[in-house]
Amino acid sequence: MKIHEYQGKEILRQFGVPTPRGIACFSVDEAVAASQELGGAKWVVKAQIHAGGRGKGGGVKVAQSPDEVRSAAQQILGMHLITHQTGKEGQIVHRLLIEEGAQIAKEFYLGMVIDRSQQRVALLASSEGGMEIEQVAARRPEKIHTVRIDPVAGLSSSDATRVSRDIGIPEAAIPEAVTALHGLYRAFVEKDAMLAEINPLVLTADGRILALDAKFNFDSNALYRHPEIIALRDLDEEDPAEIEASKFDLSYISLDGDIGCLVNGAGLAMATMDIIKLYGGNPANFLDVGGGADKEKVTEAFKLMLRNPNLKAILVNIFGGIMKCDVIAEGVVAAAREVHLSVPLIVRLEGTNVELGKKILAESGLPIISGNDMADAAQKVVAAARGK
Amino acid sequence: MAILIDKNTRVMTQGMTGKVGQFHTINCKAYANGANCFVAGVTPNKGGQRFEDIPIYNSVAEAKAQTGATVSVIYVPPPYAAAAIDEAVAADLDLVVCITEGIPVHDMLRTRYKMQGRRTLLIGPNCPGLITPDEIKIGIMPGHIHRKGRIGVVSRSGTLTYEAVGQLTALGLGQSSCVGIGGDPINGLKHLDVMKLFNDDPETDAVIMVGEIGGTDEEECSRWIKGNMNKPVVGFIAGVTAPPGKRMGHAGAIISGGQGGAEDKLAVMEECGIHITRNPAEMGQVMQRVLKA
Repeated sequence: MKIHEYQGKEILRQFGVPTPRGIACFSVDEAVAASQELGGAKWVVKAQIHAGGRGKGGGVKVAQSPDEVRSAAQQILGMHLITHQTGKEGQIVHRLLIEEGAQIAKEFYLGMVIDRSQQRVALLASSEGGMEIEQVAARRPEKIHTVRIDPVAGLSSSDATRVSRDIGIPEAAIPEAVTALHGLYRAFVEKDAMLAEINPLVLTADGRILALDAKFNFDSNALYRHPEIIALRDLDEEDPAEIEASKFDLSYISLDGDIGCLVNGAGLAMATMDIIKLYGGNPANFLDVGGGADKEKVTEAFKLMLRNPNLKAILVNIFGGIMKCDVIAEGVVAAAREVHLSVPLIVRLEGTNVELGKKILAESGLPIISGNDMADAAQKVVAAARGK
Repeated sequence: MAILIDKNTRVMTQGMTGKVGQFHTINCKAYANGANCFVAGVTPNKGGQRFEDIPIYNSVAEAKAQTGATVSVIYVPPPYAAAAIDEAVAADLDLVVCITEGIPVHDMLRTRYKMQGRRTLLIGPNCPGLITPDEIKIGIMPGHIHRKGRIGVVSRSGTLTYEAVGQLTALGLGQSSCVGIGGDPINGLKHLDVMKLFNDDPETDAVIMVGEIGGTDEEECSRWIKGNMNKPVVGFIAGVTAPPGKRMGHAGAIISGGQGGAEDKLAVMEECGIHITRNPAEMGQVMQRVLKA
């Protein structure tokens, strides 16, 4: 689960990481009032969306007067901010962060990730702040310093000091940088994050360390023990179809094709998308109904797929293990009736009680096309989507 | 003996008295030699009771001491599952199979850290388990689709593994063992570990390796195969059509930071001599062709 920059900075502050003073705003008037409350002569008006690349997309502006804050806020609030992470339509800006301006002497990068192959939390630090770390990794990998952290001992002060020196933080600012590193690590672990980035971390002209940005991604499997993180969820940033799916414990992701697929199991669901593409079609979604799909779940899954105006056909691909094919067949028949299905439906069943399942489909009186195996079903659904 | 488990393996079930644990215990017990294999359950505070005639103990150590079980399967809910693995590791079991989906990643990081230098192997979490056909199944896979034979299967998925197995069985190609290593980012045995076991197993002639997007496990396994494997390997990677940055159902199935894409994995696998297919309906056929060649 992702959160906004201003929320991430609030978490960083709780863990002792220095950040600029700032106020989150939902309107232009609030933005102007916030600049007056903060005082000073320079402010940064920052669009709050979950995607990165906001500056390049025109979502971050520096203002030298309250009037400039007003015009910047007017330009940014409500805009469709398009970045390399938002897709073509962009993301509408509903929230702003108004921050005091900082005099930047130097920019750095700090990141925390889960290193899957080493099975450790890894701290990544670089002198190349402000750039995407993937680009630094591709062009100047020697500029990235990595510390793999012992989960029992935590981040040691000697490692934190060494990595601060390695990326070129001046001696006088090292104690503050070490504090920031410890704070970031503790926030990462205690809040069950999967990713945390401060990019850039800056050295100010007067020698202070400040986190100018904050990005967090939390482990959704750990949210049960973090109601304070769940409270930060912003549904405006999520796909409405995915929100709806999560209410029914369905795993759903919208794609840009026209063939809906309903599958049990994540791996088989991906493989079903892949085989549709392989036979010349385009999947409209990823949809895993999980191990215990009943009639209600299948009906909701059909409704979700049918929200897509581009949908031309549906493929149901079930390999019954725990889930019995006759149960899923009954669910499919009931769902197709309830939603008055208007697009061709291809069903492939395999596994436990497969014969019974096929019989239920055949005797339903519905125009369900049966797929003998995965390849046959995929070819049939691609043909159906083309109107053949 | 195929790999990891056979008809002589003795298993305890942690979380046997929950709904999921009960359901799968009944099924595992009914499969092949299961009635002799599943000898104990572990549920704190229910020691002394029985389920399906299987005695329940309060702790893993007690179950091991009383029954001689050296393998455990875990159906404990996610908030408590990592602690259940820790308990099995502390009791020096040979193998722990954790079926539970949804364990927090930081819990697994701590558990894996504690496992360093210990003898216990872990399969999963978030996996279907493993099976040696006609001998024993430990997990949630449908037993009836399997047939005893000489093909090894290793996979990060559940139903996609069944798909591979179903294709093999339909072509008359039985399996030595099938191992679902799970879809989580922090897990126990990886493709590479299982591949080494299959390479050393005299009852395995060839292996199907089913991977998916996320991480670099398949690449690491492939590089080892290139220099060391003396049996043919057929490979498939799910998620060629998956968009970057999106978690595709499994916690570990995500392309992030430019890593974990299916095309990259397929390229490395092909370069390392694995017989890849891009068609998930043809995993069995490719294996059949490879064996005839």
